[in-house]
Amino acid sequence: MSVYETLRHFADSYGLAAMMLVFVVLCAWPFLPGPRARADEAANSIFEGQDDGE
Amino acid sequence: MQAEAAMGRAGLWFGVMLLALAAAVMAHDTGFAFHAGLVAFVAFCLMWMSASRFDPAGKAEGFFRMPEGPSKYDDAPVRWGVIATLFWGTAGFLAGLYIALQLAFPVLNFEPYLNFGRLRPLHTSAVIFAFGGNALIATSFYIVQRTCRTQLAFPGLARFVFWGYQMFIVLAASGYLLGVTQSKEYAEPEWYVDLWLTAVWLAYLAVFVGTIVKRKEPHIYVANWFFLAFIVTVAMLHVVNNLAIPVSFLGSRSYSVFAGVQDALTQWWYGHNAVGFFLTAGFLAMMYYFVPKQAERPVYSYRLSIIHFWSLIFLYIWAGPHHLHYTALPDWAQTLGMVFSIMLWMPSWGGMINGLMTLNGAWDKIRTDPIIRMMVMALAFYGMSTFEGPMMSIKAVNSLSHYTDWTIGHVHSGALGWNGMITFACIYYLVPRLWKRTRMYSLRMINWHFWLATLGIVFYAASMWVAGITQGLMWREYGADGYLVNSFADTVAALHPMYVLRAFGGGLYLAGFVVMLWNVAQTLAGRLRSEAPMTETPYDPDADRPLPADAVPAE
Amino acid sequence: MTDTGKQPFERHKKLEKNVTLLAAATFLTVAVGGIVEIAPLFWIDNTIEKVDGMRPYSPLELAGRDIYIREGCYTCHSQMIRPFRDEVERYGHYSLAAESMYDHPFQWGSKRTGPDLARVGGRYSDAWHVQHLRDPQSVVPESVMPQYGFLADTPLNVADPSANLAALRNIGVPYTKDDVAKAPADLAAQADPEADPGDLAARYPKAQIRDFDGDPARVTEMDALVAYLQMLGTLVDVNSAAAQEELATEKGR
Repeated sequence: MSVYETLRHFADSYGLAAMMLVFVVLCAWPFLPGPRARADEAANSIFEGQDDGE
Repeated sequence: MQAEAAMGRAGLWFGVMLLALAAAVMAHDTGFAFHAGLVAFVAFCLMWMSASRFDPAGKAEGFFRMPEGPSKYDDAPVRWGVIATLFWGTAGFLAGLYIALQLAFPVLNFEPYLNFGRLRPLHTSAVIFAFGGNALIATSFYIVQRTCRTQLAFPGLARFVFWGYQMFIVLAASGYLLGVTQSKEYAEPEWYVDLWLTAVWLAYLAVFVGTIVKRKEPHIYVANWFFLAFIVTVAMLHVVNNLAIPVSFLGSRSYSVFAGVQDALTQWWYGHNAVGFFLTAGFLAMMYYFVPKQAERPVYSYRLSIIHFWSLIFLYIWAGPHHLHYTALPDWAQTLGMVFSIMLWMPSWGGMINGLMTLNGAWDKIRTDPIIRMMVMALAFYGMSTFEGPMMSIKAVNSLSHYTDWTIGHVHSGALGWNGMITFACIYYLVPRLWKRTRMYSLRMINWHFWLATLGIVFYAASMWVAGITQGLMWREYGADGYLVNSFADTVAALHPMYVLRAFGGGLYLAGFVVMLWNVAQTLAGRLRSEAPMTETPYDPDADRPLPADAVPAE
Repeated sequence: MTDTGKQPFERHKKLEKNVTLLAAATFLTVAVGGIVEIAPLFWIDNTIEKVDGMRPYSPLELAGRDIYIREGCYTCHSQMIRPFRDEVERYGHYSLAAESMYDHPFQWGSKRTGPDLARVGGRYSDAWHVQHLRDPQSVVPESVMPQYGFLADTPLNVADPSANLAALRNIGVPYTKDDVAKAPADLAAQADPEADPGDLAARYPKAQIRDFDGDPARVTEMDALVAYLQMLGTLVDVNSAAAQEELATEKGR
């Protein structure tokens, strides 16, 4: 089997399953409780202080 | 001491001018001679300014009513960036409308300088690099200062970035008209212009990273990651794709070091990521700052933006081969490009959802705030074109769509809808703040701009979609006798009505932009239009009554 | 910072606070794709093989090609025939990688506002090309192509033909030292029926030596552009048995 065929067989079997797993984990991650406070703090950082150079 | 420094600078510019004049005299072709002359002229102006300490920038700042005096942030380059964005936008949109009309009415070609082949790169570079590039420089300088709570690092270098970039645009644009091009799409400028841009770009990187280094906020806000990825990746793409050997150091012509299939993939690795990093990552950075600011609520999910960032920059780079489906590029590379293009749909929509959902709980702003409405429309077009793109990268679809106007329609739904709309919204946000006005001259004009632009895009995208599919189907149409039905000329004739409609759509889009120019000019002049506020809902006494007793509930 | 390690993505926090790490990680992330896709093209068989008949451009053809680039012809014409029945019938055998191996840069194009030109050589007469370039609508009424009459009025002026060939030789195009030295003479002789072409035809097999623009008195830009158009796709005999056999055995496709 050529390298191309080996890689293709991997890509449409275990590779595909692994990618699917990564995709599901990445989709779920933003909704996990975890360190939400820190993310919120970062998201709100643009609203602190006098931002518009007055 | 100051006088000595000024004279030293004048001497330096004098030297540059002499070198440029020598190059102009000894040049091997007229394009190079013109460019060397242009450099000599600019050096002469700078020499004169240094020697007489004449300050035209100061005068011009007065003309554009730029606020004087110390400010918490260094906003002069940002203001100039806004002006330049509007100026080059006018040039780029006009050129676009003109070449659209040329395709419908070929008598509008005037050989040799105003032929379609020379004007088309002028249009693409003017809108992508001049309009889009200036918008990116201006907003990145604005955002990085605010999110880092510090002034720009290396203020002199920041000004060099801005003016040096304008020099790049002028050299590139005048070169196209004179036939100075290396024929790589979106990378047409010749070797010496490429070298100049490399210097400007490294200075840009230095200013941007320098500002982040001296920040007074421990966290680097997500918009800055996107800007950083944009600057770093464009540097890499620009350098590798433009590797070329000049025929002479006194001539404009150079030959790319790559040839044939290697050159093709290098070019589209560059070309697709000019879209991915210049027109997507950079503009997403604008989205991640200005959408939350205008909506006055934080981005929907900060963690989604982290995933968005890494998956987008990782996947985008692989998508280039989808421009070369069914060509002499090996099949495995085409397939790889297709697969990654389809995967790219997910981070793109993740980003779109993140932007749109930022309005969660404040959807009424779409009705009351025309700037928010523009941002939402920009994100909607981003979503549509990042769905259409992966679809067109599927080989079966691409076999029909490639080489046709469908591609042109796709690009413009992204460029006019996403890049244009988000840029307009950001400028409407920035202008009152940068010029210390209470608001834009007229909010209702923003509304007019919104509708003109949206209608223009609908005409553009719809006509090009029809044109592309017509073209693709006519090329491959076989009759019952087993022969091709249409000659190539038949397919050209069939597209004429669509080309006219496309030009009409472009005209509407340009008309909206003219409304914007007027609105900004009046804002700069310090005027406020007295108009009924956008938010007012007229009182209707008839509707203001209790429900009748026999009313049937909706459910 | 207390729960570092518990959360798999917690380490990302470091990147959010260190611009050097962030820039380095970004660069690595964006470098991978290009390396995996582009690098192999420099060593796998079907992208570097040489097929019979391919030769570098003659100085006149090269000058014509430079004009083709200067005028932005690539914005409307492709030079890449895809392996579909309709394209092969319309334009000829599908394009091979080797046929553009001396194209610095490639001219595959991305849009067909006009037809593909990969095999346009020899399909029309010189006079047709000249008339079509002067006034496309006089030959093809539906055409939206601009007019290029000025090419016939502009004498061909290449600053230093030898320098063009020398530059290409430096990046691997197999011009001989002889070719480089004789470039100015070759350039003039290929379009001038009066001049002695010497061994031009031996060094550039299948080179067409004649006046192209209908004005034998001088060599114009029209001569160069038509000479280029008339040689496109004529070098490789793609339908020969040997070529087909080679296509069947190539690897890495």
